Amino acid sequence: MGPTRLLALVRKEFLALFRDPKSRIILIAPPVLQLLVFSYAATLEVRNVDVMVLNRDAGHWGSEFISRIEASPQFRLVQRTGNPAELHEAIDRERVIAAVEIGPDFSRDIEAGSTADMAVILDGRRSNASQIVAGYISAIATGLAADTPAGQRLASVRVGTVARNWFNPNLEFKWFMVPGLVASIAMLVGLLVTSLSIARERELGTFDQLMVSPLRTHEILIGKVIPPILIGFVHITLFILAAVWIFGIPLRGSLFALYGAAFFYLVSLVGFGLFISALAATQQQAILGAFLFLVPAMLLSGFATPIANMPEWLQVLTYVNPLRYFLVIVRGVFLKEIPLAEVVAETVPMALIAGVTLPAAGWLFRSRLE
Amino acid sequence: MNAYRRGRTRRLTALIRKESFQIVRDPSSILIALVLPLILLFLFGYGVSLDTTHTRVGLVLEETTPVTLDLAASFQNSRYFDVTIGHDRREFAEDLVESRIGGFLVIPDGFTADLTASRHPAVQVIVDGADPNTANFVQNYAAGTVSTWEAQRAAERALTATPLLVQQRFWFNPELKSRNFLVPGSISIVMTLVGTLLTSMVIAREWERGTMEAMMATPVTAWELLAGKIVPYFLLGLGSMTLCVILAVFLFHVPFRGSILALYALSAAFLMPALGQGFLISAVTKNQFLASQLALLSGFLPSFLLSGFIFEINSMPTVIQYISLAVPARYLIPSLQSVFLAGDIWPMFLRSILILVGFGIVLFAVAIRKTAKRIA
Repeated sequence: MGPTRLLALVRKEFLALFRDPKSRIILIAPPVLQLLVFSYAATLEVRNVDVMVLNRDAGHWGSEFISRIEASPQFRLVQRTGNPAELHEAIDRERVIAAVEIGPDFSRDIEAGSTADMAVILDGRRSNASQIVAGYISAIATGLAADTPAGQRLASVRVGTVARNWFNPNLEFKWFMVPGLVASIAMLVGLLVTSLSIARERELGTFDQLMVSPLRTHEILIGKVIPPILIGFVHITLFILAAVWIFGIPLRGSLFALYGAAFFYLVSLVGFGLFISALAATQQQAILGAFLFLVPAMLLSGFATPIANMPEWLQVLTYVNPLRYFLVIVRGVFLKEIPLAEVVAETVPMALIAGVTLPAAGWLFRSRLE
Repeated sequence: MNAYRRGRTRRLTALIRKESFQIVRDPSSILIALVLPLILLFLFGYGVSLDTTHTRVGLVLEETTPVTLDLAASFQNSRYFDVTIGHDRREFAEDLVESRIGGFLVIPDGFTADLTASRHPAVQVIVDGADPNTANFVQNYAAGTVSTWEAQRAAERALTATPLLVQQRFWFNPELKSRNFLVPGSISIVMTLVGTLLTSMVIAREWERGTMEAMMATPVTAWELLAGKIVPYFLLGLGSMTLCVILAVFLFHVPFRGSILALYALSAAFLMPALGQGFLISAVTKNQFLASQLALLSGFLPSFLLSGFIFEINSMPTVIQYISLAVPARYLIPSLQSVFLAGDIWPMFLRSILILVGFGIVLFAVAIRKTAKRIA
């Protein structure tokens, strides 16, 4: 096979990609928007919490508790009320995520050394956020309890917990999200570019021209596959730079291992893209096909929620998802300095996926031509 | 009834019939209106879970005494943890690097002696910060388990009572199943797909093929044309929503505590801005490819990310919070979650409906202007 012919085809593909305003949009708009919106908006942290307080206690400890909530950086608005109906309504209408109810005997119980009760009502409609808020309020309560007379007496026998956050000392959500984006954006672009390239030529009729050129079918396929892989590498590189320089995320592991794994990742994705391309008759169908692949691939990868939370039968499905493996590698290389053996162990499945999807796409392609 | 009016009814019926035939015949409509909703609902029902029950953790017992075994047992009995016991922290360090566990707890050597000598013993909680959400939960629940264990010990020995007891009550969703709020939320995503993505692509195709201009040449007015397009997709959107609700209730067992009336009123109100946006996108782009990209970027992604569906709006940077005010799904999702989990809260629903209808009117007005301008 002539390298000049192949090179010419690759050049033509690049020209087509950058000259066509539609493909330029795909190359630029989704990646930039994703990076900005996801990194800043997609956070499961809970800040600026609004709570309502119903304090029936006239003593010192009730108001002390409220002022500790107000002083806590996670809380924004602490509304006071004397009316249980208003508290009910504030939770119902999602004006606050939590409400604290302090009974009339609160201070008296504390001074007397008996157990003082306090109720926290949380909005279960947002159960993830409300569990975190419950954690904040419990921590404040624990602090208050330690300062009560009984707490001080107990202090000497109290068992504490000392938390250490490995890999991400301040538990910053961006450190979790941005490395994930490096992997997922490369997927989005790589898949769309590949699946659209052949569909576009089919629609315009230029594909038949390619077919009657001296290029062999596999040469055409290789020519179609190289540009998305190179573009994928460019995107990965740009996002690694952004992660380190803009978002300040540590890069602890080996870049060499990361790029090595990225090659197999991109090849396996391009295999899927080519598959969609071979099935789609129009660009419209190619986009829908890519969308149908991308949404499940994103959701079933561990990108936003842990794979371990999924039912067993669904976990099996994640084994054919290249993003699942590459995410472990990217997060590992950025935050954890994962051992090379682990990188290899996660790369092998991607190589296997590529080994199946690429030939299968080629076969499907040829059989659709005849 | 005069002749013009009669003609209008006939024209409108004919248009609606024509659109309905097109929907039924076009495979991509079926794909977006039926297959995609099912896939999305299955993914959100089964695949996406923020439930932190049974997080896998390691527990290192550096010493084995009745006291530490008792504490270990209360970790093992916790509904939040799936505990593996070991005796050396190095065993778990590797698991943590390779993300096989969410964290590990260490009951250190000398714990019992420190406890009896009142020297502040502490359980160490080492979590995987690479997954901050799980890390937070492991920390909170570990602290909770330790203090419950302490309170029990104190009660058993009739020591001084614990000074403070916080009772937590999670309303509407006491089992804390994330599915219960994710599935209702995903219904609004489905309606966005039908209303915005499908509508914009189908109408853009008519512009591309020139059939839109052909229709403009008939006695049909712009309003009739719009109504003829909107009614079938409106019904299709409600149909997809109904399908999703049936699945949510009967397959995923999400409680449905509100009324059917509220559900349909909210959904109908939401479909107005969704369809308006779809119509506007098609009128502006007149091109299927651009329409689909714009619909995904301005419809699908914002309803997914900036609506409070998964990510708390209050935690986002202020600028993004302001942007989220323009996302219709933001007004639907809390109400939709309430219809399922809390029941009818009409003051909240009416406010959402008013805002959504307002959005709808503005979008339709702009879309009509854009359509009319093109022809002039």
